[in-house]
Formats: sequence, C-alpha cells, structure tokens
Amino acid sequence: MVDRGGSAALVCGSDAGSVALMTDVTDRDLANRRLVVKLLWLVAGAILFTIALVPLYNVMCEVTGFNGKTRGQSAQVEKPAKVDESRWVTVEFTSSVMPGLSWEFRPKQSSMKVHPGQMQLATYIAKNVTNSEVAGQAIPSVSPGQAAQYFRKIECFCFQRQALKAGETKEMPLTFYVSPDLPENVQTITLSYAFYSAVK
Amino acid sequence: MTTYTDAHAHDEHHDHHPSGIMRWLTTTNHKDIGTMYLTFSLIMFLVGGIMILGVRAELFQPGMQLMKPEFFNQLIGVHALVMIFAALMPAATGFANWLLPLQLGAPDMALPRLNNWGFWLLPPAAILLTLPFTLALFGIGDGAVATGWTLYAPLSVQGGIGVDFAIFSVHLLGISSVLGSINIIVTIFNMRAPGMTLFKMPLFAWGWLITAFLLIATIPVLAGAVTMLLTDRHFGTHFFDAAGGGDPILFQHLFWFFGHPEVYILLLPVWGFIPHILSAFSRKPIYGYKAQVYSFWAIGVLSVVVWAHHFLTVGLPVPALLYFMYSTMSISLPLAVLFFCWIANMWKGSMSFETPMLFATGWIILFGIGGLTGLVLADVAADAQYHHSYFVVAHFHYTLFAGGIMGVMAGVYYWLPKMTGHMYSERLGKLHFWLTAIAFNCTFIPQFFLGLAGMPRRIPDYALQFAEFNMISTIAAFVLGLSQLIFVYNIVRCVRGGEKAADKPWEGAEGLEWTLSSPPPYHSFTVQPQVK
Repeated sequence: MVDRGGSAALVCGSDAGSVALMTDVTDRDLANRRLVVKLLWLVAGAILFTIALVPLYNVMCEVTGFNGKTRGQSAQVEKPAKVDESRWVTVEFTSSVMPGLSWEFRPKQSSMKVHPGQMQLATYIAKNVTNSEVAGQAIPSVSPGQAAQYFRKIECFCFQRQALKAGETKEMPLTFYVSPDLPENVQTITLSYAFYSAVK
Repeated sequence: MTTYTDAHAHDEHHDHHPSGIMRWLTTTNHKDIGTMYLTFSLIMFLVGGIMILGVRAELFQPGMQLMKPEFFNQLIGVHALVMIFAALMPAATGFANWLLPLQLGAPDMALPRLNNWGFWLLPPAAILLTLPFTLALFGIGDGAVATGWTLYAPLSVQGGIGVDFAIFSVHLLGISSVLGSINIIVTIFNMRAPGMTLFKMPLFAWGWLITAFLLIATIPVLAGAVTMLLTDRHFGTHFFDAAGGGDPILFQHLFWFFGHPEVYILLLPVWGFIPHILSAFSRKPIYGYKAQVYSFWAIGVLSVVVWAHHFLTVGLPVPALLYFMYSTMSISLPLAVLFFCWIANMWKGSMSFETPMLFATGWIILFGIGGLTGLVLADVAADAQYHHSYFVVAHFHYTLFAGGIMGVMAGVYYWLPKMTGHMYSERLGKLHFWLTAIAFNCTFIPQFFLGLAGMPRRIPDYALQFAEFNMISTIAAFVLGLSQLIFVYNIVRCVRGGEKAADKPWEGAEGLEWTLSSPPPYHSFTVQPQVK
C-alpha cells in the first residue's frame, strides 16, 4: 500500500514530538501500519459483503417468497404427491406491459378455482402491435408473498424470452399447480406477469 | 532538558513550511487539515443553502414560477448530497482533525500524509457533483442528478449524465471518508497519551471511534451499490432491472444499509462534543460517562440492522415490517439514556448561557423533537400515511439541521477561541443563535403540518390548501439562510483578530486541549502529557 520511503512521512507528525525516543517512534510507526492493514482488510470485507448481498438477496427472496418472487424454471419441480380435493384455492391472473414494449398482453381467464396439487393449464394472449419483430421477457410475481414458494410452474412462457413477428398474436401457455403444503389461511393467490422488452 | 530543546529545534525546522497555496496543498499538519475541512464545510454549507433557498422560493406560492420541474428536482437532490457529504461530514472530520490530537495528547494524527489526501479528494468530488449544472448552461447534458439524493433505481438507471457525475462524486467522497476513518481509528488506538485508557478518553473521541467503524463498514456498501448502478447504466448488467432478472428493490436495501448508519455517522460526533459543552457551562463533570459510551455502542450496532424502515411502504412482508418497526423503536432506548445524561449533566449545575451553551441546550430540545417524530414514522401503520410527505422532511431536518448542524455550531463557538486565539463576538453569537433557532422552527413546524395534511415531498407544485404554510416556511427559510451570514462574519472576525483568548477561556472546561496555548503550537504536544 505505502512504499518504504513513505513510512517516514507517515510519522512526520510524531517525529517532531519524540525525537529523543526514536525507538518508540518506530514501534508506534509499526503499530500504526499493522492497524492500517487490519482496517484495510475490514474495508475489503465490507466490499465483498456488498457483492455477496446480491446473490444473498435473491436466495432470500426465493426461499421466503419476499417480493412475490417465484421459483424459476425448475428441474426441482417434482410432481405433486397427492391432490387435496377437500380444499379450493382461487388463482387470479393479471398482466401488465412495461414501457418500451408495444404489445397487448392479457390473461385468457381472469381466475380459476383449483384443488391444491392439481395440475392446471392457464393461457395468456400476447399481440405485437408494431410492424417489426420484437422480443419480450415476462417476469412473474405472486401475491401474497408467503404463497410464492407454494406456486409451482411446470411449463411457462416466462422461462424463455418470447419473440413476436409484426402484428403476430400468440397464445402463451402456463402449466402450474399449487402445492398442497399451502398454508390454510391463503385462499386466493394472484399471479401477475409484467412483460418487459427483452434485454439485449 | 536536551529532549525538549531537540524537539523544539525540530519544531522550528518544521515551521518553515511552504507559503501560499503550496502550504495548504502539501500540509500534513492536523490543524491545517482540520482548518481546510472546516472551511470547505462552511463554503459547501452556504452552497447547499443557496440551492434550497431556490427550492423554497419556487414553493413560496403554488404553481410554477421560477424554474422548470427538472431543475427543481436537481436542486433538491444536490442540496441533500452537498449538505450530507460536503457540509456535515467534513465538519465532523474537521473537528476530529483539530481536536483529537489535542484531546488525546498526541503530537499529530497518526497518518498525516493520508490525511492530506483524504481532504484533497473532497474539492474534486464537490466539483464533480455540481459541474453538470454548469455544463447544462453550455448545452451539454441535461443538468445535475435529478433523482433525489437516494438515487433510486430504476429512475437513476434512466437519468442523464448528472447521475454518472454523482456516482463518481460519491466514489471520491467515499474514499475520502474511509481514509479519514482509518486515520482516526489508528490515532485513537495508537496515539493516546500515556495513561489515557480507552475509558478515560473524551466522549468526542468515543463518538468518532464508533462513527469511523460505521463508515468503514457501510461506505463500501454505498460504493458497491452506485457501482452496480453505473454498470447497469453503461455496461449491460441488470442488477436493478427487472426485465433482466434484477430487482429495483435491491437498490433500496443496499442504499439504506448504508443510509441508516449514515444518520448516526452524522450524529455521533455531535453527541460526542455536546457533553463537553454541557459540562463546561454547568460547571459539573460529565454525567454518566460510561452509560453514554455504552449507549454509543448500542446505537452504533443497532443502526446497521434497521435500514428497511426507510421504505416500509414498498411491500415488505408483515414479519419484516414488524421486525424493522420494533428494532427501529428500540434505538430510542439507548438514545433516551443519552438524553437523560445530558439533562442530568445540567441538573443543579451553576449554569451560564454563553453562545455554545445556548446552542447546546437548544440542540437538546430540537433534536428531541427530531427523535420523537422519528418514532412516529417508525410505526408501520402511521408510516403508510406519512411516508414521502413533508412530515418526513421536517423530521429529518430536526435531526440533521438541529441535531447535526446546530450541534456543530455549538462546537464551533466552544472551540473557536482555542483554534484562533481570539474571542468571537458574544453579542453576534447570541443573535445568531436566536435567529437560527426561531427561523428554523418557523421553517419546519409548518412542514410537519403540511405533511400531516398530505403534501408530498419532492414535488415542485402543490394544491392551494397548502399555500399559507408554504409561505411561512419560505419566509422563515430565507431568514434562516441570511442569519448564517452572521455566523460567517463572526468566524472571519474572530480569525482576523479581537480580544485575546486565554488558554482556558471557559471556566468549567475540562480536557487536555485547554492545557495548551490559544492558539495551540504548530505541533500540538511535543512531549506527550502523562494522564493520571
């Protein structure tokens, strides 16, 4: 960090003081440098911590469902063990198109009633109203957040970016089930898709 | 005896520093650097003040009169950045430079050359921050950063070149703060006079020690967050871009993980020197020294685990809301201990009210209002109503203008005779206090009412029903701004001459700094004092 020649300058305040105690000054100089190195490690630690916060935040959101973040495309999605026919859960569908993407995008059904564990197919319809080919990416969000981790997608148009030709209309399917482990107090789950212009 | 003459001869030699601008560019002397920090801070305080007077002038009446909304947005954001990073933080660092060696019985700061660099990073940072205003006059870019000081994504991802300038400015300010903090920690740990244990240190040193650790722990988080912002803007990353799998809320977490400790970074040095002043003018020793130190630590630790109360309305899950509400409110416990100690310090003391004491006692009341209104905002249910309203603006000005800047002013008046060797004008000092205290309250009490009535902050226009309170607030703000000129004049006058100050101008003052001459010699303690 500091070259050897610089070390004299680092203590130029103290060398004025305790000239007679030269050894003392050198000891203090060494102690200062040792402490500076330790503090620089602390700074480095804080920087690493910041970088680590990004993946940590994502993991935290996926595990807890904070922010309504659903699990991504999942090899881990296992087939539901059993269908709980004693319960009904309402799944509502909403959609939005973000600025910068000139599409029409809406769910074909506004809501459906499902048994937890029951496999379901839902469909969204997207239309490119521009006269050139455009790619978009849908980002899902589930509310309430605590239900996010129980909403499992088997197949979803949000797993890949979707390209639409000029004026093309496309049905976009989604296969999902609600895990039977869903807490009893959740009776309605809202699934929202925001379509963004796909990033280059 | 030889020791003394040797040291003295050496001292003489050192006094032959370069003259003119080179003296200030190359100095490694803690008092020179402290003076530069304080001067820089005072200048930027006036710059930031002028910006907000522009804002208040626009808000004098409903409708748009003076400026475009874009320019209004730039003024509020740069005002906050300037006041926080270029006025209040350098003021605290300036005091640390001036006072720590004097109070700890050290000849200088531990790392003088680093100290010089730490200061000289600040002027370029301030220029970077404000340059886009000037560039816009020449048709380059669209002005300074217009996102508010919080730089929230995605607005800041879409903003103009002002955002880039602000990002690099924050980098420089951050490096400067971290270097200053390293220097202060090393000075406090290694340079204390023999016999001065940590628990015999002045409270100012304690306040700064915890501040310095908070800075080292949190400034890198801010630097990291704005760097991610920079790469999002120019290098195709998507940290805060939902379309690319990122999350704008992540920016709020990162920003406030820095931003909340920052509040205590601004306040802890002030909490450090207020007890010195209360003790001196009550002619009683500091009350509850250890309780205050432990409270500092408690607040320092709590400050890094409560950040999300700045965005309780963003859609956090209920358990997180409850956690952040209760943890935030728990900060009021150690803070109540501090308030108790400050008041108890004056209890049955033989008090006199010179300017520093006026500021210190006024400070306790005003900062108390800031703290109590903060408790209201910490309440999740109430915050839904008050979030992003003028109530918040009034609250944090009670903590940062009254709690921060008025506390710094108390310190300026208290130590100015020591620093300059002259007494300031007591009459002007008192006039400055009363004008400041009254105008401050007249500026911000109406803003509490505006916030309760639902006026949103950061909006250049407002509904007619808010007109009267805004008019009062604007007039008082101009009085507040103009009365700071008395402060500047008083300081300049005091630096240039006046009644000679005794080594210990305040009867009840305690501490090693009062054992030195006023002004102190160029190298503070050539022989370290022995502390019993």
